[in-house]
Amino acid sequence: MAMSNIGRPTQPQAAGASSVHTSLTGARGLLQDEALIFEMDGWDKTGVDFDLPALDASDLGDLVRTAPIGLPGLSEPEAMRHFVRLSQKNHAIDLALYPLGSCTMKHNPRLNEKMARLAGFGDLHPMSPQSTTQGALELMDRLAHWLKTLTGMPAVALSPKAGAHGELCGLLAIKAAHEAKGQGHRRTVLVPTSAHGTNPATAAFVGYDVAEIAQTADGRVDLADLEGKLSPDVAAIMVTNPNTCGLFERDIIEIARLTHAAGAYFYCDGANFNAIVGRVRPGDLGVDAMHINLHKTFSTPHGGGGPGAGPVVLSAALAAYAPTPWVVSAGEGFKLVEEAEDEAAATFGRMVAFHGQMGMFVRAYAYMLSHGADGLRQVAEDAVLNANYIKAKLSPVMTPAFPDGPCMHEALFDDSWLEGTGVTTLDFAKAMIDEGFHPMTMYFPLVVHGAMLIEPTETESKQELDRFCNALTLLAQAAKAGDVERFTGAPYLAPMRRLDETLAARKPRLTWRPEPTTVAPAPMAAE
Amino acid sequence: MRYLPLTPADRAEMLGVIGAATIDDLFVDVPPAARKADLFDLPLHAGEMEVERELSALAARNRPAGAGPFFCGAGAYKHHVPATVDHIIQRSEFLTSYTPYQPEIAQGTLQVLFEFQTQVAALTGLDVANASMYDGSTACAEAVMMAQRVTRRKKAVLSGGLHPHYAAVTQTIAHAEGMDITRQAVAIDAEAAVLSAIDAQTACVVVQTPNVFGVVTDVSKIAEAAHAAGALLIVVTTEAVSYGLLKSPGEMGADIAVGEGQSIGVGLNYGGPYVGLFAAREKFVRQMPGRLCGETVDADGARGFVLTLSTREQHIRREKATSNICTNSGLCALAFTIHMTLLGERGLRELAALNHSRARELREALAAVPGVEILSPRFFNEFAIRVPGKATEVVEALLADGVVAGVPFSRLDPKAGMDDVLLVAATETTTRDDIAAFAKALKGRTA
Repeated sequence: MAMSNIGRPTQPQAAGASSVHTSLTGARGLLQDEALIFEMDGWDKTGVDFDLPALDASDLGDLVRTAPIGLPGLSEPEAMRHFVRLSQKNHAIDLALYPLGSCTMKHNPRLNEKMARLAGFGDLHPMSPQSTTQGALELMDRLAHWLKTLTGMPAVALSPKAGAHGELCGLLAIKAAHEAKGQGHRRTVLVPTSAHGTNPATAAFVGYDVAEIAQTADGRVDLADLEGKLSPDVAAIMVTNPNTCGLFERDIIEIARLTHAAGAYFYCDGANFNAIVGRVRPGDLGVDAMHINLHKTFSTPHGGGGPGAGPVVLSAALAAYAPTPWVVSAGEGFKLVEEAEDEAAATFGRMVAFHGQMGMFVRAYAYMLSHGADGLRQVAEDAVLNANYIKAKLSPVMTPAFPDGPCMHEALFDDSWLEGTGVTTLDFAKAMIDEGFHPMTMYFPLVVHGAMLIEPTETESKQELDRFCNALTLLAQAAKAGDVERFTGAPYLAPMRRLDETLAARKPRLTWRPEPTTVAPAPMAAE
Repeated sequence: MRYLPLTPADRAEMLGVIGAATIDDLFVDVPPAARKADLFDLPLHAGEMEVERELSALAARNRPAGAGPFFCGAGAYKHHVPATVDHIIQRSEFLTSYTPYQPEIAQGTLQVLFEFQTQVAALTGLDVANASMYDGSTACAEAVMMAQRVTRRKKAVLSGGLHPHYAAVTQTIAHAEGMDITRQAVAIDAEAAVLSAIDAQTACVVVQTPNVFGVVTDVSKIAEAAHAAGALLIVVTTEAVSYGLLKSPGEMGADIAVGEGQSIGVGLNYGGPYVGLFAAREKFVRQMPGRLCGETVDADGARGFVLTLSTREQHIRREKATSNICTNSGLCALAFTIHMTLLGERGLRELAALNHSRARELREALAAVPGVEILSPRFFNEFAIRVPGKATEVVEALLADGVVAGVPFSRLDPKAGMDDVLLVAATETTTRDDIAAFAKALKGRTA
């Protein structure tokens, strides 16, 4: 039924609109101020109905909990409203371009969600007898085939649960290989200064010392510095390619050759595989191990911080050390090799309970089938085209960190164009929020001052890129024109104003409590 | 292609703006030897219908847990997930957002994480919890590494009742960092055996309750002994529903509690993604791995939430970080929070009671089968039985009767010499007809 217009104003002016307005309750239109579930007096509520038998816990004695747990409940309509209201405070790739460099925020096809929810995948138990999971095992085998073909590598470990977990897998394989060759004394992993933080963190996690490789003025690994540091103590190098400056390492084959000549292995951080999928095979570059973030290149959703999946492709030199389990074809069907014996005797061990992120495998495989060999190549080309388009459109008002030559899938700017404006990279990023865009990756990589790393991905239209470049151009002009408060006070129009991160860290409140906590955590132990 | 918005005209125009003649000009930095001119030897693109057909055919060759009587557990449990959960986690704003690095436009995710942390802390009886780990097994390994940082000791003792996959993951990861990991002999009800292994070099003891054989243990005495030696007690729980019936790890003296949260909201997914729970005493918070969400205020003084204490983390601290973890299990933590909110304390207690009752009914039914021995003296919703012959063969035989009987322990740990031990679990989804069918089939096969 249409609403009647009779007797009411139908134009905003007639209703007495003004640009600044405060509500009586503090509410802001449809954006609700939403309490925590602990503040809703739901201590005896529940949103599920059970047909409850009499509980007999007689053989558990005093193992039974008697004290209250402290968990509120909500009826179904209340819960729905709570979480839907919260959802509306989030930015998302489905709302606008989400240009986080190095994160590959691309469209997440809903077909993949539907496929992962088929009962044969979603309701399949990991320890169900293998004769009842042949379709799942075959899917893992096919996914492995695609990953090996796309990378030109002979083996893949599917089980790592995210990119950093994949790095761990790669370094554990490298460590095992060195130990098998009597080279277990090698203690150092070389990492470029521009690397993701996970690279040095992973190397240290495995017990390696980390040494940095210098970078050239054009944003690549400094070959001379690398050569000087490739001692008999070096176990591996970890190089991202395309690198975190958004550039292809031109000397990558020479980097691999030098590394191998020194008896070390080449770990490639594959976070940026999206830029080269279908056009370049890491196996042709001399890579020994590389993780593939299925949640980046192969479009599985980021979900507000995971779950991801980080399969690792391995060279022939490392394949034998892969973690269990893996899938092999056995006669008519497939089986999981789960134990360190026979063909898996050299494995470095197990990285996860069960077999890895199957839900992500289904989504990634659906994505691969949808694109095919031709579509995936187009993915890389459009991702690179979009990034170079942004670089070209914004170079008149911002300063590209590496102006000469093309970038790959992300465009990197420094903050020299902001000099003297009183606006920082952080301020600029927060002002982008008011214009409806998620900020780019900021202050990373560390080698570029005030870095702004923009990765549009291939799933943006030219119209959206133009809208984005227009917004950034207007902002850049405003910054240079002295409109400083637009930036230093930003965001003004987001669900929240700028949040005090220092306060959060100084007096950590990590859980809801009825009374404010006064217990301070112990200071961090000396390094 | 339906996922790619650029038209050929767009591409041509954009190349013009860039000043490139062809797309190949943008790939000039790739060494010529590594440039692939031809398409890879893989199928070409496919429409939604074709993809759905192929994946549906693969799915159809699996037997879902819901297809009939089903008794597998061993660290992953078949539970009913309310329809509301899956609806909410598929909202674009949750599904297609990134880690909440820009808190002003990520309060939805952040407030949920704060609620998740509070729920996990309450369930485990500890002060603080993080925003999730990949799964229970990696949370266990991370807890051992954390104990090393807290105590500056290198030795960890794993109980014989710890899930063998958890023990293997911990051995793989913590051993690589130079820790000395001792896994005790596998035993059905011997968590207390760790007492004899605690000494002045021990960083931590790791015990599981309910353990991999379903056995529930009061770990208070182990906590006392560990603390007396300056070691930490890590308590592992793979069935989160058990928190609704049993004393919490914190109540029994645990310093760190880790768990698998799969049972609440997540589903089976053939082993992943799942969600690792990680909670600890407040004094250890700066040694915790992973993301932490904390409360603060914005420029207008309004309450809000941010990721905090990030100086522990890899993106700030690099090689000095407490862990290398970055992406964790955000969406599964959301599913957990929604399901736990729907349950509430009342619903969780009822759910736990229902699980325990069903398992007791299953025990009665199986105990009546000649040749079957119940091995777990006290359990929550899962227990071990001894079957005549090999458990793997019993399971295969019962498949012919339409019953998935459980997990042979030998599949988790072939070297334990427990080929006749079968792990069986019952949950709220197990019906009396399921139990009757299992008992009848087992009787038929073991007679």
